[in-house]
Amino acid sequence: MKRVSLPLWLISTFLYVFMYAPLAVVIIFSFNTAKHGGPWMGFTTDWYTSLLADKQKQDATWNTLIVGSASTVIATILGTMLGYGMSRYWFPGKKMFSLAMYIPVMIPDIVMAVAMLAFFQLLTDKVGFFNMGLATMTIAHITFQIPFVAIVVRSRLVGMDPAIEEAAHDLGASTWQTFWNVTFPLMLPGVLAGAMLAFTLSLDDFVVSFFTTGPGATTLPILIYSSVKRGITPDINALSTLIVLASVLGTIGVTVLQRPRKNTGG
Amino acid sequence: MATDTPAIEVENLVRHFGDVFALDHISVQIRKGEFFSLLGPSGCGKTTLLRIVGGLDIPDEGVVRIGGVDAREIPAHKRPVNTVFQSYALFPHLTVRDNIAFGLRMKNVAKPDIIDRVNRVMDMVEIPKLAARKPAQLSGGQKQRVALARAIVNEPMCLLLDEPLGALDLKLRKQLQIELLQLQRRLGITFIYVTHDQEEALVMSDRIAVMSAGKIVQLGDSEELYEHPRTRYVSQFLGSCNLLDATVRQRGATGGVVDTLVGELQVESGKLPDRDKLTLAIRPEKVTLLPASDGTGQNRVRVKVEELLYIGSETHYVLRAGEQRLTAEAMNVKVGSQGFDIGAEAVAYLPAAGLLVLDD
Amino acid sequence: MENDRKGEVQFGEQLTARSHLARSAMTSGPGIFWVSFFLLLPLIWIGVISFLTRTEVGGYERPFTYENYSRFIGFGFFGFDMLYPQIILRSLVLGTGTALLCMVTAMPLAFFIAGLPARFKNLALTLVLIPFWTNLLIRTYAWQILLAPESPLTRLAVLLHFTEAGLPLYPSAMAIYIGMVCDYLPFLVLPLYASVEKIDWSIAEAASDLGADGPRVFWHAILPQVTPGLVAGIILVLIPATGQFVIPDLLGGAKTVMLGNAIQQQFQQSRDWPFGSAITFVGMGAVMLGLWAYARAAGEKGGEII
Repeated sequence: MKRVSLPLWLISTFLYVFMYAPLAVVIIFSFNTAKHGGPWMGFTTDWYTSLLADKQKQDATWNTLIVGSASTVIATILGTMLGYGMSRYWFPGKKMFSLAMYIPVMIPDIVMAVAMLAFFQLLTDKVGFFNMGLATMTIAHITFQIPFVAIVVRSRLVGMDPAIEEAAHDLGASTWQTFWNVTFPLMLPGVLAGAMLAFTLSLDDFVVSFFTTGPGATTLPILIYSSVKRGITPDINALSTLIVLASVLGTIGVTVLQRPRKNTGG
Repeated sequence: MATDTPAIEVENLVRHFGDVFALDHISVQIRKGEFFSLLGPSGCGKTTLLRIVGGLDIPDEGVVRIGGVDAREIPAHKRPVNTVFQSYALFPHLTVRDNIAFGLRMKNVAKPDIIDRVNRVMDMVEIPKLAARKPAQLSGGQKQRVALARAIVNEPMCLLLDEPLGALDLKLRKQLQIELLQLQRRLGITFIYVTHDQEEALVMSDRIAVMSAGKIVQLGDSEELYEHPRTRYVSQFLGSCNLLDATVRQRGATGGVVDTLVGELQVESGKLPDRDKLTLAIRPEKVTLLPASDGTGQNRVRVKVEELLYIGSETHYVLRAGEQRLTAEAMNVKVGSQGFDIGAEAVAYLPAAGLLVLDD
Repeated sequence: MENDRKGEVQFGEQLTARSHLARSAMTSGPGIFWVSFFLLLPLIWIGVISFLTRTEVGGYERPFTYENYSRFIGFGFFGFDMLYPQIILRSLVLGTGTALLCMVTAMPLAFFIAGLPARFKNLALTLVLIPFWTNLLIRTYAWQILLAPESPLTRLAVLLHFTEAGLPLYPSAMAIYIGMVCDYLPFLVLPLYASVEKIDWSIAEAASDLGADGPRVFWHAILPQVTPGLVAGIILVLIPATGQFVIPDLLGGAKTVMLGNAIQQQFQQSRDWPFGSAITFVGMGAVMLGLWAYARAAGEKGGEII
């Protein structure tokens, strides 16, 4: 195995610093007394306490969590079913749809955002009850979450030893019994990883949310964007730090679940 | 079911994958309670046949009968057969006990019965201490026993074993071979055993079907297959064999004479077919190596010792007589040198009783 | 093991073509319906809109027209105006530039992680993932802070005479690239790492054994082995990067309008949806074309990595 040379260490360390610089800056400045991001003027936790009193930010947090949870639940259910179905069963046009499933993964979010906006508009005109707001945002989130969940679940299933399910049938289990007693328990880590992925995607999303939201339905990323455009209020740093913290915990959770398990058959 | 109904019967089974015939019109009857082996190299179709019997694959043509009943419409989970997989296929998320109990649970057997039967089977394969462990914590041999227990606890009509000992080291394999054999005798269940290891098949089986390229080349018990192989393939697959091209010179009531590269040989009359060109075969252990002075008499060939392989209890000799190469095997009865060194001149005695005529 | 055949036994069950269809409907059905209805259909819909005409109130109506597309090419009253094609070109350059820069920076990282002792590999990978998962907005505006006049980075640039004192380092093209690479680097590192992990070093050893020097060993023995991961990563970066709008918006400014900004403008400020749709489609078309050409040239191995 290759040993890592010194120049490689140096370059890599530099790159890691590069990637973490923004995060570090935000965290540090959240404790900065200065009102506008600039020189260091003293340590304070005032910005954090001001968040507690800020109704606008609390509403946005609440919205973000509601949309995140609702969309994750639905997307995980549909996405898991999709991932399972695609890995096992055939239907006409499956190959084409397989590729189409990757569209939301690769498409620039703005294209997806405007397409959905236009479509929701159309529906509102024709059908009437599709008003832009949290509901439309949730629907939009689910739409890009499903393929991610499906891909994660599918790859987990593809890696499973088929002999295990054959053994289940051989021992007398029917289709449903095999699924419930064998396939599903083994699939579960993948489902959970997919769910965490979906949740993170929803929480972080800005562009799609921005275009598919309505009056009064602001989420954290949208709030941050408007604040940034207007000129930063320092409590955004505090808010961002908290969000970063949540993301870090989420990432660690996903990585732990996604680690290849040695006992998945064979 | 009458006592002479075969446990498993397949008739004219055909299975192809694209252009390749995995099974080419196979018919065979397997008797109740017998230890039946399917022997052959990879790709010969033995695993395919096993899977079709188990319901894990469907034949393109042909019939499968289990206990006399046509099984084609019966899905795998309803067939009274169980499989022991090559990769064991233990359920990683269940304990050993739950793994074994799985089949009984699926059939809704009463709880106390399940506990009782599982315990008994664990005793039988000697794994009672492993009950609470998960498959990831087991060694290869232990997983093997669990896979076995999981299958036999269901008391199937027939047990299908797909190269179950393939992944184990030599010593463990030999130990488990004997244990499996004893287990089968005790239980009286029909075993269909797939393997590519001819020694394993010879040791364990009541009957062996030697397969090649989707066909059964020869079927018989161990002794029959070893002492009377019918084709070159079988003679070389089970053990090794000396092959000599021969032409019949004389046919007589008491015996015939054939011409070979090593000279004239006497062959027992009952063995000679109608045609004149044949292949003779003789097992190396039937070839006796005599000192060069013992050169007179029937079926004695002058040879030179080309190579000598000392195996411990035996010595294998590679001999040369002109263009013909012969091998001989002898037990090392004497302590020290057996009397023949490389380069030595000797005489190989090919007794007529040991000379076989092959079909091809 | 995926089985696309019908009328076979799969995982121990006998399935006919009909049961495949029935089960597909039950499992994949809802998901397929949702994605088709809420994504594929909308994409088709904006394709339709791109051929419609804008109304004064910012809606759209018939007649169908090619006007949006011709306006895109810039065929107007004064002849050809290359404004929008320029935007697309600039965005393609941005996307490709980002992809190349990411490639150059991802390589050392991938090899670095692969060279670590096993117990540190997962940690190193997780460390790459963490910034990846934090909000893009936060990271981008953090660069605004980092590139502000008083930040140490800017002061360093002043020292090196890159800029004058008191001026921030953004908005500028360089700032955009910094933000882009920072954001998209993990997208390239992960698939690339997957390939690097699997490298058969014995081939490189054989090459140097046969007399090849360092660079040649890399080019002939190592690079071909990582190509699948590289291709996958580049595809994952190129398309989204070309359509990116937040980063150019925050770190760029009015001078550097990219495809993403242009689309956003038409759909929000200018309320010219037909034109916006046309831009979207031409932009996407251009990216897809470039990608297709690239994929043909580099081989189709990238898709499996995803």
